[in-house]
Amino acid sequence: MHEFFAESATAGVVLSFLAYYVGLQINKRFKLAILNPLLIAMALVIVFLLAFDIDYETYNSSARYLSYLLTPATVSLAIPMYQKLELLKKEPAAIFCGILSGVLTSLLSILILSALFGLSHEQYVTLLPKSITTAIGMGVSEELGGMAVITTASIIITGIFGNIAADALWKLFHITEPIAKGISIGTAAHAFGTAKALEIGETEGAMSSLSIVVSGLCTVVLANIFAGFM
Amino acid sequence: MRYLKQFAVILTVTCIGEIIKYMIDLPVPGSIYGLILMLILLMTGAVKLEAVKDAADFLVEIMPLMFIPAAAGLLDSYAMLQEMLLPLIVIIPLTTCLVVMVSGKVTELVLKMGKGGKKDA
Repeated sequence: MHEFFAESATAGVVLSFLAYYVGLQINKRFKLAILNPLLIAMALVIVFLLAFDIDYETYNSSARYLSYLLTPATVSLAIPMYQKLELLKKEPAAIFCGILSGVLTSLLSILILSALFGLSHEQYVTLLPKSITTAIGMGVSEELGGMAVITTASIIITGIFGNIAADALWKLFHITEPIAKGISIGTAAHAFGTAKALEIGETEGAMSSLSIVVSGLCTVVLANIFAGFM
Repeated sequence: MRYLKQFAVILTVTCIGEIIKYMIDLPVPGSIYGLILMLILLMTGAVKLEAVKDAADFLVEIMPLMFIPAAAGLLDSYAMLQEMLLPLIVIIPLTTCLVVMVSGKVTELVLKMGKGGKKDA
């Protein structure tokens, strides 16, 4: 199995597809937020790799073709944004204040909790960019002297958590406006959250896509300042 | 042919985004420059919506699938995560909830203020 996976150009992609399909079916059947398709797919792939003693690198030698598509897919987020451009022109203040307050909350709460847990400066700056998209977050972490691998893992865990918890959180905090839903999940959980927002509606998806860009750029600037606080 | 042309436009804009990243020394990925560039091209009419829409919709629709390899990669970084596992288990969910609450509520508040102001005027 290991050798086959090492040579195949499609095995990792097909495994990911199947795992995600199973995840979607389970999610449809039970309608429980914790049975999130992405979470199920991740668990199935990991169990499969462990069961057949295939290491991650081998799986990723073909599965990475899926990851390659992320760059053009992110560029394509401009299309749902463009289709909701009127909204952006109409409510720039609400949108910008929402994103900026979210970025500041993220940085400030990480600062306070890192201090409470007695984390080192290195561990603190590793966590600072955890709510923004992976490629920006890794760069910020590296620049501030953090551990990029842990930053990446934290960003992914944040994304999965946000994707699963979004519905419950909106209900809990009585967030009902589509614009506010999109902004909050995009600012909190980057592209993973945006995937959730796009499932719910066009406005949510467009606002969430916009939040990835704006919160990412704000974090590049503000994380440098926050790094000096601890 | 339709998909081929559309995909070619998206990849070209993506590539220009990567060229911009290559020239500007900031921790901003090419995909973000590409997204901004694509938006500008659509706004100015240099690229028509119909010239990219179908392929873009397809890519956006299958986006969750693209996260699976990275998510499964947690398998490899698990050993490194262990030394700060407890802080991570607390900090990540807690801060994520806080961000959703604050940014969602602030957005709604400013939206309401805007509407209130218009009524007065």
